[in-house]
Parts: sequence; C-alpha cells; structure tokens
Amino acid sequence: MYYLWVFLIGGAICMIGEILIIKTNITSARILVLFELVGVFLQAIGVYDYISGFAKAGINVPIIGFGASLAKGAIGAVKANGIAGIFTGGLTATAGGIAAAVFFAFIFGLIFKSKTKK
Amino acid sequence: MTEKERNEAYNKYVQNKIPKTRAWPSLFNSFWIGGLICVLGQGINDLLLLWFPSLAEQTAWTLTLIILIFLASFLTAIGVYDLIGKFAGGGSIVPITGFSNSITSPALEFKREGIVYGICVKMFTIAGPVIVFGIVSSMLVGLIYLFV
Amino acid sequence: MGNTQTVIFKNKPVITGSYAIVGPKEGDGNFGEFFDYVMKDDSFGEDSYEKAERKMIEQAITGAIQSAKIKPSSVDLLLAGDLLNQIISSSYAARQFNFAYLGLFGACSTMSESLAIGASLIDGGHFDNIVCSTASHFSTAERQFRFPLELGNQRPPTAQWTVTGAGACVLSKKGNGPVITSATFGKVLDYGINDVNDMGAAMAPAAMDTMLSHFRDTKTGPDDYDLIVTGDLGKLGSEILIDLMEDKGIKLGLNYNDCGQMYFTREQATLCGGSGCGCSATVFNSFIMKKLREGKYKRVLFMPTGALLSTTATQQGETIPGVCHAVVIESNVAKNSI
Repeated sequence: MYYLWVFLIGGAICMIGEILIIKTNITSARILVLFELVGVFLQAIGVYDYISGFAKAGINVPIIGFGASLAKGAIGAVKANGIAGIFTGGLTATAGGIAAAVFFAFIFGLIFKSKTKK
Repeated sequence: MTEKERNEAYNKYVQNKIPKTRAWPSLFNSFWIGGLICVLGQGINDLLLLWFPSLAEQTAWTLTLIILIFLASFLTAIGVYDLIGKFAGGGSIVPITGFSNSITSPALEFKREGIVYGICVKMFTIAGPVIVFGIVSSMLVGLIYLFV
Repeated sequence: MGNTQTVIFKNKPVITGSYAIVGPKEGDGNFGEFFDYVMKDDSFGEDSYEKAERKMIEQAITGAIQSAKIKPSSVDLLLAGDLLNQIISSSYAARQFNFAYLGLFGACSTMSESLAIGASLIDGGHFDNIVCSTASHFSTAERQFRFPLELGNQRPPTAQWTVTGAGACVLSKKGNGPVITSATFGKVLDYGINDVNDMGAAMAPAAMDTMLSHFRDTKTGPDDYDLIVTGDLGKLGSEILIDLMEDKGIKLGLNYNDCGQMYFTREQATLCGGSGCGCSATVFNSFIMKKLREGKYKRVLFMPTGALLSTTATQQGETIPGVCHAVVIESNVAKNSI
C-alpha cells in the first residue's frame, strides 16, 4: 500500500507550495527554484535517499526530486572523476528531464498556439 | 508625517483591507491533485519496471519523469494545463509537470515573435532560474564533497 | 492658473459621437447590451492579439466618426494611447487614418487624459473635430505585464481582469451631444504599493488627490454629480478610495462607482473586477454616453486612474505610481424633459 504514502507525501509537499503561494504571493518560478533547492539540500546532507525509500514518487515527482538528482549526480561524479565531476555531474544526471522539457516545448511551440483565458 | 511613514501606514491599511479568501478549498485541491500527479508517476514507474524488468531503477525514474514532462507539455499545448493550474495551484506547479508547463507555455505564447527570438529565447523566461540555480547549487554540493 | 489643476471650458466642447467594441467575455458582462459591437472571438480574425487590439482601435475610431455623422476628412486630430510598449496599438492604428496624431500614455487613465487634452484644444479654438481613443486587450496585457496564457498559475484575490475592448469618441466645436464643461489634470502619486496584483490600492491615492483638487477648484462636492465614476480601481481600490475620501471629510455616496467593479458579473469570477484602458473607455463610450444623451445623467464626473508602472521598474523594486485625470460631462438634454 505504498501508493497511499506516495499520495499523502506528494500531496503534502504540493500543499506546502500552495500555502507559500497564498501567504506570500510568490510566483511559480520562485516556487520551483525553492523546492528544487530543498531537494539539493536534502541530497547533500544525505537524507533524500532515506525519504524516497518510502515516499517514492511522492518526493521524486515534485521538483524536489529534480534538485536531488542534480546533487546526487554531482556527488557521484566528484567521487568518480574528481574536480571535473563538479561540472559534469549535475547536468548529466538530469539531462533526460531537461532535454525532454526543451524538446517537447519546442515541438509543441511549433505546432500549437496559446489560447485566450475565459 | 513623513512620506515614508505615510506609505507604511497606507500599506498596513491596505493589507488589512485585502479580501480574505478561504484558504481551505485551494489547499485541499492542491493536496489531492498534487498527490494524484505523484501517484500517476508511481504508476508509470511500476508499469515500466513490470514491462521491462531489465531496466535499472534509475533509468526507469528518468523515463517516468520524461513521460510526465511529455504529458504536461501536451496538456499545456492543448490549453488544459492552465485550467488545472487555476484549480490546483501548488498542486500542479510543484511537481515536475509544473516545470514542463513553465517551459512549454512561453514557447507557445511567444511563437509569433519567431522561432529563434520567440520560442527559443522565451522558453526559459520562467524555467531559466530553475536550471541556473540547479546547476550552481549542485556544483557547490559537488565542490563540498570534493573536500569531504 | 497657478494653484489650480482644473480647466473650465468656456466653449464647452461637444461629444458628438462615440463607439465601443469589446471581446466576448466583456459582452457577457454587466454592460453587454450597451456596446456597439461584441467580437465573437478575441483574436478578431488576426494572427496575433496585438493586431487584434490595433484593429479594435481602428474600428472604434471609424465607428465614432460615423456616429458623429461627420466625414473622416473633417477630423483634425487623433488623440490615442494604450498599454503596450511604445503604445504600438494606437500608433499603428493611426497609420490607417489621414489625421494628425498625438500618442498619449496615461496607462488606464488614457480615456480622460485624451478627453481633457482634446477638450482644451477645441475650447482654445484650435481645432474643430478631435477623435479620442484607447484600447486594451487581455491577452496582450497578460504577456507584457504578467505570464504566458497557458501557464498554470492562480490569480491572487486582489487581481483584476484586463478588459478586451476599445472605445472612441469625437469631440467637436459644434454639434449635438453631451458637453465637456471642465477637466482636472492629475498629479502622480505613489503611496509605496509594490504589489503588481494590487493596482487598485496603488491608484486610489491619485484618484483621491484629483478628486479633492477638482472639488476645490470647481467649488463642487459629491452631491453636485449624478454619477462619479472611477476607471479601474476595482472592488478593493474603490473601497479604499471611499475610506481615503472619508478621512479628508468627504463622504462618497451611492452616486459613486467604479467601471472595473461594475464591469463583470459575479459568475465571471474576475476577483476584483475589470481593469485596463478599455475598461473605462468602453463603459464611458457606451453606457455613460447613452445615459447622458437620454438625460438620465445630468452631470457626470469621469475620472479613470492609471498605474504608471513597467515590468522593468517593477523588477528593479520600484513601487507603483498612479495618476488620475477627471473630466466633467454634462447632458445636453434637460432633466425634466424625460
């Protein structure tokens, strides 16, 4: 029944985001950066893997997971390749996500137009 | 009363005057939609591992995120994601799908300014900071781990 | 002059024609039945919303000239402005016409700014016919000032909805119609509001200042007008204005209202109401003009406000300055004749 954990933890993280939006009128760019940095931090102090062990997608799918992958990639690459790893690790680990987001945005940008709000 | 005092008093007065909306409905919506997006990700991940048992766990997660990013990008393109966002707020911003939405939406919006100056340049107007902060902070973490 | 901000017009310029065109959402709003033209789709057959906004201004200008029953060749000057950078909608629309053109930027106060300047020029005997126009478009304003349309974000409770619409009217030396009797040019006021989603609060002090100056200069009070109407302070901003005026010892009664607050129905969920140049311009050139022509309103104080911000200034941490210009329009129909 780990799906319940996924739902509860994922939902709670998103709700924290919503609380920040309501309380501080923060824009979505700042929300994304903030949660990403939380992920980087959790990975850096080594507790992310413990949380994702039971939260799974509940923490991997929020942008916290993206931040954690960046940090995890950097740490792993530094251990394997030393100083060059600082530069290559983060982006290597998240290349799939960034490439997908850019690629789909480009293709859909060519095909579709934005529609007015009602 | 100096101008500064006047402005402070006015700002304080305005803050009290702003209509108080009930926060519970939007908190609830962000909770269940955000949770649902995560459950969807978990489902995709489990199915991938079920169908392709040879996949490494890390690769399966990468594929999961790519599929979520695709879905969000597509829903943005057909004009559905902003409706979800209006309803769910943080529930659709915080997941990786919100990141995808923040890249696809300016690409669509600014396509009239051309492929280079419209789509390509404006694509990162919202998500740019996410990538910059991500790279810089992860490099700092790498730097720290170089010495410990 | 010296201490006065108000011009009293001796020759009383006449508003001989008016025209308002709006988008579909605005057409469903509270003033829907009064507009001259409601677009079926807010791209108006153009491939960009900027071009749609331009086309709305063109149609409003042409419509106002027809409604004034004058020939386009007898128009001397066009006074127009809008919200977009370098006021492209107005200037590019002006290419289509063979008039002299003065581009104005007063943000959402442009309608009264153009009326006040136009009336002064006609009163001075310099021109015979002047067209005043302004427009705004939800989708062009969103992309310039806020976020892409498809971004999934929420609007805070103080947010207002930019009206898609254009209004125009013809001011003439002679003719039939309501007359402009005075105009008060406003000062720029900044009370330190920096929330771009709370324009009403940023502009309310400017409205208060102009209203006080107007009452002082013309020796009138709120009870001397059938309608006192601000442009797009919205629900919150107009409540603030009522409080600010009460602080100064002037009580605004039921004859005070705000175009933005009245614009949309509750079901349209626009939070604090409408905003944008088109908000006051379309209400003025349809509903208010109709009531003046019928003599239902004898004397109207029309005072749209503008928030003079730009995204650059906001990102540099600047607060939002506001401005408000007021014009008084009087009916040419005697009230007792209805």
